[in-house]
Amino acid sequence: MRFRDEYRDGRAARTLADAIARTVTRPWTLMEVCGGQTHAIVRFGIDRLLPPDVSLVHGPGCPVCVTPVEYVDKAIAIAGRAGVILCSYGDMLRVPGSGGDLLAARSRGADVRAVYSPLDALEVARRNPRREVVFFAVGFETTAPANAMAAYRARQEGLGNLSLLVSHVLVPPAMRAILDAPDNRIQGFLAAGHVCTVMGYEEYLPLAAHYRVPIVVTGFEPLDILEGVYRCVRQLEAGRAEVENPYSRVVRRAGNRTALAVMGEVFRVIPRRWRGIGDIADSGLGLAHAYAAFDAENRFGPVALDREATGECISGRVLKGECKPTDCPAFGTRCTPEHPLGVTMVSAEGACAAYYRYRSIPARSS
Amino acid sequence: MCLAIPGRLLSMAGDDPLMRVGRVDFGGVVKQVSLAYVPEAVIGDHVLVHVGFAIGILDAAEAGRIFDHLREIDALDDREGRREIP
Amino acid sequence: MSRDDDFRLACPLPAGAGDTVQLAHGGGGRAMARLIDALIRPAFADAELDRRHDGALLALDGPAAFTTDSYVVRPLVFPGGDIGTLAVHGTVNDLAMCGARPRYLSVGLILEEGLPLAVLRRVVASMGAAATASGVRLVTGDTKVVERGKADGLFINTAGIGQVVAPAPVGPAGVEPGDAVILSGDIGRHGMAIMAAREGFGFETVIESDCAPLAEAVLALFAAGVTVHCLRDLTRGGLASALVEIAEAAGRAIGIDEAAIPVADHVLAACELLGLDPLQVANEGRFVAFVPGAEAERALGALRCHAPASGAVVIGAVKEGPAGEVTCRGALGVERIIDMLSGEQLPRIC
Repeated sequence: MRFRDEYRDGRAARTLADAIARTVTRPWTLMEVCGGQTHAIVRFGIDRLLPPDVSLVHGPGCPVCVTPVEYVDKAIAIAGRAGVILCSYGDMLRVPGSGGDLLAARSRGADVRAVYSPLDALEVARRNPRREVVFFAVGFETTAPANAMAAYRARQEGLGNLSLLVSHVLVPPAMRAILDAPDNRIQGFLAAGHVCTVMGYEEYLPLAAHYRVPIVVTGFEPLDILEGVYRCVRQLEAGRAEVENPYSRVVRRAGNRTALAVMGEVFRVIPRRWRGIGDIADSGLGLAHAYAAFDAENRFGPVALDREATGECISGRVLKGECKPTDCPAFGTRCTPEHPLGVTMVSAEGACAAYYRYRSIPARSS
Repeated sequence: MCLAIPGRLLSMAGDDPLMRVGRVDFGGVVKQVSLAYVPEAVIGDHVLVHVGFAIGILDAAEAGRIFDHLREIDALDDREGRREIP
Repeated sequence: MSRDDDFRLACPLPAGAGDTVQLAHGGGGRAMARLIDALIRPAFADAELDRRHDGALLALDGPAAFTTDSYVVRPLVFPGGDIGTLAVHGTVNDLAMCGARPRYLSVGLILEEGLPLAVLRRVVASMGAAATASGVRLVTGDTKVVERGKADGLFINTAGIGQVVAPAPVGPAGVEPGDAVILSGDIGRHGMAIMAAREGFGFETVIESDCAPLAEAVLALFAAGVTVHCLRDLTRGGLASALVEIAEAAGRAIGIDEAAIPVADHVLAACELLGLDPLQVANEGRFVAFVPGAEAERALGALRCHAPASGAVVIGAVKEGPAGEVTCRGALGVERIIDMLSGEQLPRIC
């Protein structure tokens, strides 16, 4: 596959890893924001190639992980109503609510369908005009244009039987919340390259300047991630705090204008509760007033957010980058993909699941 | 998050830019995707596809930069006598 | 089967020559006899079956292998085969994995009321053809009909008997450090074919299931005098699950090389699009064989003469290490631990 295979070259990866090792003179702690980057790091063993002075902390970059439990419960409740078809991205089907997940609801007779694209949900609505179709619209900014188009087209076509249950989150406010935390130890960021494909990277300039942290727009292949780490530590060693974009093969500074325009029409910025983190102002997207008729919370009742429950699961601290999955006493014993205690183990992109699936063996003499 | 895959645009259909669709070859699998968000795409372009939507066009010139950088690093290795051991 | 249908009391009297399965077809009376005689028996074309007795009388020489499996795949028909093809090849392959020549199969059919007879006709024809291709006989069977909604159209159980040809027992207990791990061909076709067909992902490129009979290829290994320590066909959970199961049962460690594992371009592309790991995707016509390292070349030579195993390659070896651990060396040269699939495989956006 062109534009993918060449970024997985082993020799090139080791060249970059060596360059990183030669550059660092002291410990640095970086955060990769996106769950897809966490997945790639653990799958390809990129953290095993880095010098011990460079720590990669995994951020809250999994929209599935940060979706509040009440939204999952709402989706399950809606799915359980007679005649409703609930369409959802596959990742969401195994996220635990307070009493089971959407897959469990399906086994009890609810019509829950995994879709690859929001366009598939539109098609389900067109083909089932007498049934209520609800699309569980989660994601970061990367997925917002696609989710927006479902609402945009539904309104254009007058598709009255489709509504969206929206739980969208934005990355920069989460980064700000992490940097504002009094015990923050993150010194540099690998920004989410596909979020930036949509949004551009203008909004990171004030962040880098205000908090004095380098922010490097980073892709998802091994060479992209190593390049991102290299640029970040090079800045840190030189005392710089700038925004860099080595993922320029797809990210432009201004982002995707058409996507931003449609998002601007369909969504508005609202406060959001982040599972495991808490409420962050202006950190999410909800449907704009013109699209209120397509809001599942208007058709089926609003989602009531309770106080966060606590338990053994430390996924919130993992999501904030305060600790690694392996720091959790339940990791791999009481908490596994078979019996997850929290979302970071359930979601394929969750840091805990990635660690569990792809954990590297300890270094051995060969 | 944001699983997006590059593919080559084989053909396009549709007059309204927001409704335009295209057939994209992902190195062996061909699938129709929405081209609503890449109105400037032309046949032969490589597009980045996320959940059935092309969200960006890949720039071949920019794509090569990382390899220029690697050549610089390799050259630095040579000059300083530090060759990477394969 | 559509779940929108209104509830109807099923009339036990056949309404006439309909084109769907009725409850009467399972009643043991004339309707059932007609279904079996007109539709099922001709497709299987077996003298033992035609004796119409409660069971089949068979003769076996020496030790026998015995296996059973049930098939509940949805959709019933998919690119590269149907539930009938799976039901015959699956059980034939299980017998082959025991080091046996497959000989006889029984067939249990559970039909859902409302199943189109055309589908049933196609499935039993596939079973007959698959049996002929594998040299096995379908010698006894049973048919039941359940009410609408109680079965996904059609469920099949097949049990099989085979004649053991392996000189020594074949199984995880025989696996030893130094054994070569041979994979018979490229992985991931069946699971991706089913997923594409079921979820309607709209791939223009058709991905065909790799459903195939493996007995001939396996028997060729024994005929070539290869010492076969263990065999396992890959099914749900893919290559990863098969290797982990063997490693755990054998109490051994296995190391494989990602670069050596063949995946067809279009299957890999589909996996990448949906965020799936090819190592965990289901297969239906692939197996792994564990043979002493020194015999690997001879084993490959024997396998590659048979179409379903023409792509056989060595993908790794049994090594010293913690019992049950399976590691894979990736593109960057770093080893990672391979796990079994956990739950249902779902596409992801993340």
